Amino acid sequence: MRHLRIANVEFSSRLFTGTGKFSANEVMEKALLTSGSELVTVALKRVDLQADSDDILRHLNHAQFNLLPNTSGVRTAKEAIFAAELAREALETNWLKLEIHPDPKYLMPDPIETLKAASELVKKGFVVLPYVHADPVLCKRLEDVGTAAVMPLGSPIGSNKGLRTKDFLEIIIDQSNVPVIVDAGIGAPSHAAMAMEMGADAVLVNTAIAVADDPVNMALAFKMAVDAGRIAFESKLGQTLSEAEASSPLTAFLD
Amino acid sequence: MTFYDQISEVNWTQLGDSIYSKTTADVKGALEKEQCDLEDFKALISPAAEPFLELIAKKSHLKTQKRFGKTIQLYIPLYLSNECQNICTYCGFSMDVKIPRKTLLDHEILAEAKIIKEMGYDHVLLVTGEANKSVGLDYFKNAIRLLKPYFSNIALEVQPMEQRDYEELIAEGLNTVLVYQETYNKTNYKIHHPKGKKSNYKYRVETQDRLGQAKIHKMGLGVLIGLEDWRIDSVCNAMHLQYLEKRYWESKFTVSFPRLRPCAGGVQLKSPISDRQLVQLICAYRLLNEELELSMSTRESALFRDNIIKLGITSISADSKTDPGGYANPKQNLEQFEIDDSRSTEEFIAVIKRKGYDPVFKDWDMSLQ
Repeated sequence: MRHLRIANVEFSSRLFTGTGKFSANEVMEKALLTSGSELVTVALKRVDLQADSDDILRHLNHAQFNLLPNTSGVRTAKEAIFAAELAREALETNWLKLEIHPDPKYLMPDPIETLKAASELVKKGFVVLPYVHADPVLCKRLEDVGTAAVMPLGSPIGSNKGLRTKDFLEIIIDQSNVPVIVDAGIGAPSHAAMAMEMGADAVLVNTAIAVADDPVNMALAFKMAVDAGRIAFESKLGQTLSEAEASSPLTAFLD
Repeated sequence: MTFYDQISEVNWTQLGDSIYSKTTADVKGALEKEQCDLEDFKALISPAAEPFLELIAKKSHLKTQKRFGKTIQLYIPLYLSNECQNICTYCGFSMDVKIPRKTLLDHEILAEAKIIKEMGYDHVLLVTGEANKSVGLDYFKNAIRLLKPYFSNIALEVQPMEQRDYEELIAEGLNTVLVYQETYNKTNYKIHHPKGKKSNYKYRVETQDRLGQAKIHKMGLGVLIGLEDWRIDSVCNAMHLQYLEKRYWESKFTVSFPRLRPCAGGVQLKSPISDRQLVQLICAYRLLNEELELSMSTRESALFRDNIIKLGITSISADSKTDPGGYANPKQNLEQFEIDDSRSTEEFIAVIKRKGYDPVFKDWDMSLQ
């Protein structure tokens, strides 16, 4: 399985994970270690930046994990940039999952504010991974302003509905020159495997692991599914086109 | 157009009939749906749904976990003042109730803040009566400035204010405003609120519209359960919620379930709700709205609170005092209502963890707004 490179970092695992919704930080730690994930996203709003040792961060203090702070909660580009700078200083990383959702009900990402903020943050030296709708043109625009990857959604965040945006994800994957990470909506290992078979570079999973009855084993299941999907993609899946028919009534005259 | 226009068209009796006439078939229909509508909500809170409580609770449990995870948000009220110029028949702060009145000074606010911060709380709810001259916009601005260094999230449960006042307070760091209509029954609202600014039904019911215009991050609504028919009031509250969600799509919403409790005022319960029915109501809200925050205070008993954690509630207070200065100086007899669950924060956290949930103290940051 080929390694994934984003900015200057190589990842052997293509399963990225979230840290919310777990029943306890100990459970989160164990599940994420089991998942093999090397990039874990942390909501700035959940971390106590004033505390000497925040409990969430303490449980993520493993060489395996790279932290990906996210801006969940902000509604505008301006708020996102402010939060990003705070995160960079407090968590000592210039990596950022940029999420701007003015709509707190469905948590739909704002394309206009996201593009604006991404452009600014790249100039400020951030490695920007923007969470966006599965909008192929927007993904190209983000690539143009210099984001390190794009993170289109599979279905509404937390919905566990799978790849409802499949047709658009295929276009994004086809067109993109930066890694494509399918984020949000992946509710089962089979969804993750499908995204990887399609050629996504990675997936980000949170709710499906955190809310499972057994988060540690579910993390393992996702690890296996992501690996399987990726290996299948690299091995080139068989074509699904049906065989040409014996007689070719339309082109027979050429013989 | 505000919600006042919509609620004015509601015929209370007809609305009641449309709830009480729901049948077993209506309830079963609601339970089969992925997404319930207002008619389903009526069925789910109707007497016809009572035999289905376990099933309703199970659906609510699963939907809540999917959205909010295995977590529960902790907050604590901080009573700043019990001065009040309203007469409300059910409230311990009512102007005609003979209790000592107190409004906290700066050093007293800070003393309270330090204590509750040490208890571990990071989301604070500031509460007052309605005394516009002494406890108005300037007082709240000052309080928020004092408290901002201590807390990540500041909420307000005070008198309704103007849109421009809310805008000023939001700029200071205010995140959330809770205003309960108490009852949507316009005729009887006057009987429960005979004197003071609060007797203006229209101004109060339009408060959330003003909050939405001011782009508040989160607003809360609710009814005082038991004051009038709780089913009809809850349907009106759900209508209000649906109206607000469509118009003010950039705000979050939270609903609370205060039940009338014994207080210095003392009022007869017109429409008492049983524990089973309260569970039914909470779970019905979840089936109506997966993303809605549902909140519970220490008015309820320990047994009830322990078990409601898994059923749909997403935010809960603990270890609370309902009198100004009560954390630094307990036992002054200035409280708004008696709390039922008086367990310590540590005891309650232990319960949450035993239930397999993560007690979350911080889920906001002042830097985000």
